[in-house]
Amino acid sequence: MTTPTTDDRPGLIEARPVRHPGRWVALAVIIVLVAMLISSFITNERWGFSKALEIMNQKPVLEGLWKGTIVGTIGSMAIGIVGGVIIAILRLSHNPVLRGVSFVYTWFFRGIPRLVLLAMIGSGVGFLYANLDFGIPFGKQLASLMGLSSDFTFFTLDVNQFSSSLLAGIIGLGLSEAAYMAEIARAGILSVDKGQNEAAAALGMNRGQSMRRIVLPQAMRVIVPPTGNETIAMVKDTSLLSAIPIITELFYQTRAIGTRTLQIMPSFVAVTAWYLLVGSVLMVGQYFLERRFGRGFGTGAPNKRFARPAGAGGA
Amino acid sequence: MSDTTTSEPTSEPTSGPATGTDARSRTGEDQPLVRALNVLKSFHGNEVLKGIDLDVHRGEVVCLLGPSGSGKTTFLRCINQLEEIDGGRIWVDGDLVGFRDDGGQLHHLTDKQVATQRREIGMVFQRFNLFPHMTALQNVMEAPVQVRRVGKKQARARALELLEQVGLGDKPNAYPAQLSGGQQQRVAIARALAMDPKLMLFDEPTSALDPELVGEVLRVMRELADQGMTMIVVTHEMGFARDVADHVVFMDGGVVVEQGKPKDVISNPQHERTQSFLKRMRAEDDEAAADAESLETPDA
Repeated sequence: MTTPTTDDRPGLIEARPVRHPGRWVALAVIIVLVAMLISSFITNERWGFSKALEIMNQKPVLEGLWKGTIVGTIGSMAIGIVGGVIIAILRLSHNPVLRGVSFVYTWFFRGIPRLVLLAMIGSGVGFLYANLDFGIPFGKQLASLMGLSSDFTFFTLDVNQFSSSLLAGIIGLGLSEAAYMAEIARAGILSVDKGQNEAAAALGMNRGQSMRRIVLPQAMRVIVPPTGNETIAMVKDTSLLSAIPIITELFYQTRAIGTRTLQIMPSFVAVTAWYLLVGSVLMVGQYFLERRFGRGFGTGAPNKRFARPAGAGGA
Repeated sequence: MSDTTTSEPTSEPTSGPATGTDARSRTGEDQPLVRALNVLKSFHGNEVLKGIDLDVHRGEVVCLLGPSGSGKTTFLRCINQLEEIDGGRIWVDGDLVGFRDDGGQLHHLTDKQVATQRREIGMVFQRFNLFPHMTALQNVMEAPVQVRRVGKKQARARALELLEQVGLGDKPNAYPAQLSGGQQQRVAIARALAMDPKLMLFDEPTSALDPELVGEVLRVMRELADQGMTMIVVTHEMGFARDVADHVVFMDGGVVVEQGKPKDVISNPQHERTQSFLKRMRAEDDEAAADAESLETPDA
């Protein structure tokens, strides 16, 4: 090879792209497999797609989808996110007592399976505390000490009735979720550059303002993707609500119909289709959320080369 | 009357000599805005500041020079309590920084009181530390609105004014990532000014910038000095220190080695350590100038 002379100055480049024969082979294999699958869908009547579609539209199934899956997911994730952020902030607090509380909470709720937790809330709590009295701590003991007829109870909750309600299930899932969200939120908060806190402090912002206005909005960029993941996981975990037992729940209802009508497999197809649909909608929502919280980060930046090494000015 | 004998108690209303300094600086017209006495600071047993004394008067520009690791940035950070001092005292505008002096017994200030003290002190960082999720305008408005509780409309007008002042009146809606380093640092200066500070601290404001962007930031700082802002600047820009500073402090190994008028310290340093540092800086400047020249004249 020789370096050409400068008289022949090269023009625009029109090069052939690299060939990827592997892609075509893969495509062919996939097409064959998909064709086989589709053919089995059509020829194997046991799939029962039309039956599945019928089951998907049954009223108890739709009710289970709405109350158990959708309301359950929204409710428990709301509790989980708010609780998780609070626990993460406690975990990073200067107060050692609050740090300890946060640690113990995470340790407990991350350590027990959701199925067990929900079963316990459903029957155990009502057995232990049949009524929950809301009043002054140790009000009854205080009242008997002072010889009063009142026992400082303002209202009473019938736990047995409450603990089998959807709300109890949502609270149970939410408490469990908060433990996981706390770790995610903590990672997000710690991912924000220390200089951001310093800049906020130098402007006279207190720790709360700095957290709320400066750190959390930036932490969201790191928090949102795994939270989307958690939300999709929660959609599936709402099926555990039947352990409470709550019967207005998607999987419980489809399976009940499947067993009653001897359409077991179509009922599985129906419930799978619903879970996939809800998951897909969530993935679209996550895309937009990530875009929103990613603003200001590498969005068409014309010049990102501000980071000369520290002290490069000559020290 | 027998004034020589009776004037004793009236001329010294305060109890001890320690608070005497404080009281005098509170009442005196020419009290220093910043007074540091015997400031000590160590990190994990490593002594970084070994007794720094410094007075900064109103309207003065003081440049802290010295090799890296000499403690100048740490000292600057102690003034607005990004670092807590281990010994000595710092007063800003007559107020003891970080502590409450209760008859000789010091008490730590609460977070809220610390935040209140910091409001009066603007700080510009080496790495800008702009809030990346906010536009330039929002960065400048943030503290007045959140901390001073200024109305949004008023804060916005003032922020636009400040952006204009630092030469970025045309970029209020740009996010930091869309701005060059020099532009970001100028937004950071505007952000600090928005709190109407009594004192501005600059921590190597041009050290993270490409050489061609240094000038625009120094120009803004020079204007600020001309307007009478009290400034403490940690810098390696000898030209800036020589032209703008009223007072230059050379630090090395956690102590003030030499200080005085810039023309004395920079042009005619007395101490051997100052001489060798300045010589090294000059050599680097020459090298940079040579580099710049060699870039301008393409090789044949």
